[in-house]
Amino acid sequence: MAVAQLKSEITTARLDAAVLPNGAAWANSVRADAASRVRAMGLPTKRDEYWKYTNPTELTAVAAPSASLFDAGETPLFEAVDRIKIVFVDGVFDAAASDDLTCEGVQIERLVDAMAADIHWAKDMYGVLETRGQRPVARPLAALNTALATDGVVIHVTGKTAKPVHLVYLHQNETSDAVLHHLVKVDSGAEMTLLESGPSAARFSGCLEVEVADGGAFHHVRAQGRDHECRNVTHCFARIGAESTFKSFTLTVNGVLTRNECILEIVGDDAIAHVAGACVGDGNDFHHDDTVFITHDALNGESRQVFKKVLRNGATGVFQGKILVKAGAQKTDGYQISQSLLLDEDAQFLAKPELEIYADDVACSHGSTSGAIDETALFYLRSRGVPMHDARNLLTLSFMAEALAEIADPVLAEELRDRLEGWLALRS
Amino acid sequence: MLEIKGLKVKLEDEDKQILKGLDLTVETGKVHAIMGPNGSGKSTLSYVLSGKDGYEVTGGSALLEGKDLLDMDPEERAAEGLFLAFQYPVEIPGVGNMTFLRTAVNAQRKARGQDEMSAGDFLKEVRAKAKELKIDADMLKRPVNVGFSGGEKKRNEILQMAMLEPKMCILDETDSGLDVDAMKLVADGVNALRSEGRSFLVITHYQRLLDHIKPDVVHIMADGRIVKTGGPELALEVENNGYADILAEVS
Repeated sequence: MAVAQLKSEITTARLDAAVLPNGAAWANSVRADAASRVRAMGLPTKRDEYWKYTNPTELTAVAAPSASLFDAGETPLFEAVDRIKIVFVDGVFDAAASDDLTCEGVQIERLVDAMAADIHWAKDMYGVLETRGQRPVARPLAALNTALATDGVVIHVTGKTAKPVHLVYLHQNETSDAVLHHLVKVDSGAEMTLLESGPSAARFSGCLEVEVADGGAFHHVRAQGRDHECRNVTHCFARIGAESTFKSFTLTVNGVLTRNECILEIVGDDAIAHVAGACVGDGNDFHHDDTVFITHDALNGESRQVFKKVLRNGATGVFQGKILVKAGAQKTDGYQISQSLLLDEDAQFLAKPELEIYADDVACSHGSTSGAIDETALFYLRSRGVPMHDARNLLTLSFMAEALAEIADPVLAEELRDRLEGWLALRS
Repeated sequence: MLEIKGLKVKLEDEDKQILKGLDLTVETGKVHAIMGPNGSGKSTLSYVLSGKDGYEVTGGSALLEGKDLLDMDPEERAAEGLFLAFQYPVEIPGVGNMTFLRTAVNAQRKARGQDEMSAGDFLKEVRAKAKELKIDADMLKRPVNVGFSGGEKKRNEILQMAMLEPKMCILDETDSGLDVDAMKLVADGVNALRSEGRSFLVITHYQRLLDHIKPDVVHIMADGRIVKTGGPELALEVENNGYADILAEVS
């Protein structure tokens, strides 16, 4: 069959061109396993059902498509926040630009160091959640990341971290192809906030595996984009224990190709899992895909998916979101909303919301809408003297407010909101 | 202040004439009231003056201090000093009331070539004015009109008016949906803003609002025109006898 053959050719070419990094014996065998899984699954093509709305060709190509360097001349995000900064330049850790990695309540190491050690907790975690996350839907690009990741951080959170950990990605090479893999292990009752921002590379694959033990809390705030030409694929896998909290928010502004997959599994009772995103896209080369899969496998779990996309001039937004409630996951409260604000007739939003429920005592709701700016609200603002351009921006921000409200820390929320407001104001 | 001559307006999407040659002059510092039965075109008049889409002006003119209103965008009319208190104030989720007020005040100042108001000065002023209207700090923080009661929404309109300090205020059925106490509060707010340099056009179905906001002139509107003009006693006549007698008399 032609499709199968194409898939096999793409997969073989990509794996053959790659050099698997070398580490301790366990690391090498995990990588080799991941590579065989990629071979078995085959890399995605646009004929795959899961890639129906997003063409993966540039993500699976042997070489990264080149991307011009981008400098908006803006103050980097979260600069004013007291945090531990960890810098990666085109996917390579930059010790000189990074802060000292010691901080109360958390142990931070480079992935390569963890992988060079024969005994390390990372051995029991690296690629494990990714492998679990391959069912029921295959995610070959995540397995590819596990096989190829050259750098990253492994973070063991043992208490309440004194400050957020900030992964800063810098792009300085027009053809860089970065593959980063991070692990976060949050102990029982421990808490941390992880920030990610910056243009990363010409092509970026990021994989984040998060284990939240009972009563732990993990907060994730990420900003992507501005560097319009970069291609991004990210995967976040998390296992969420009893009475623990997982919250992830992503802001995306511009970007020709972004696919963010978030795969969460609630395994302990009374846990909370929220994933949210706000994205602003302009132009017919803008493509942004949020793909979410949340599994409830415990009692009384609460999950929320809140995605808002503002699109114009031919921009495309995609949302594929699923809530799977397993048998016995009673009293699950699942909520999913995906909405687009289409600022003109040329933009498009493609949404595939899914619920699959095997428990009989659950409350799950989902909604998906596409709409234009509310003309009545626009007139109301203008009648108060707010010029058309500003009024539209204010209503655009208002549209995204529900997603931004998912950022728990008010300081971070305000910074992202202000930044977003500034970016909107720049547009004509 | 406001001079309307022979104003003719139809709906943009339908072949329906709403205003059929309306004449009205509101002098500086005066309070005029417009009363009239349902469908006489009162709300259309307020929307056309403030620049809402969906209407087509087919004749006549409307000048604010000599400037052609009908040529301006809604935000320009606002900057020139026109204010419409909405019959149904719009809810804007996700935009804080305070942010909204500050954006509006500063946008108008900017349009007039004035400096923006500092955050401190703004806060001080808005708190003082909110207090007079019994608007608490929570209402200022909440998203614009979201979850506000009918009375709160109308008080919020008056707060905006107080902050924006317009020259020409149009109140479109500000009394609708208000109980007696709420109406008194809103009317007190309006009365506090009455001044020599500021004019009001109060649109209402009922005389009772005019017990609280005493008009200088009362107009009766029917079928897209002003059909009768008189003093405050005209409002009482409507209250006692309804519109039928007046309409019969002028037809």
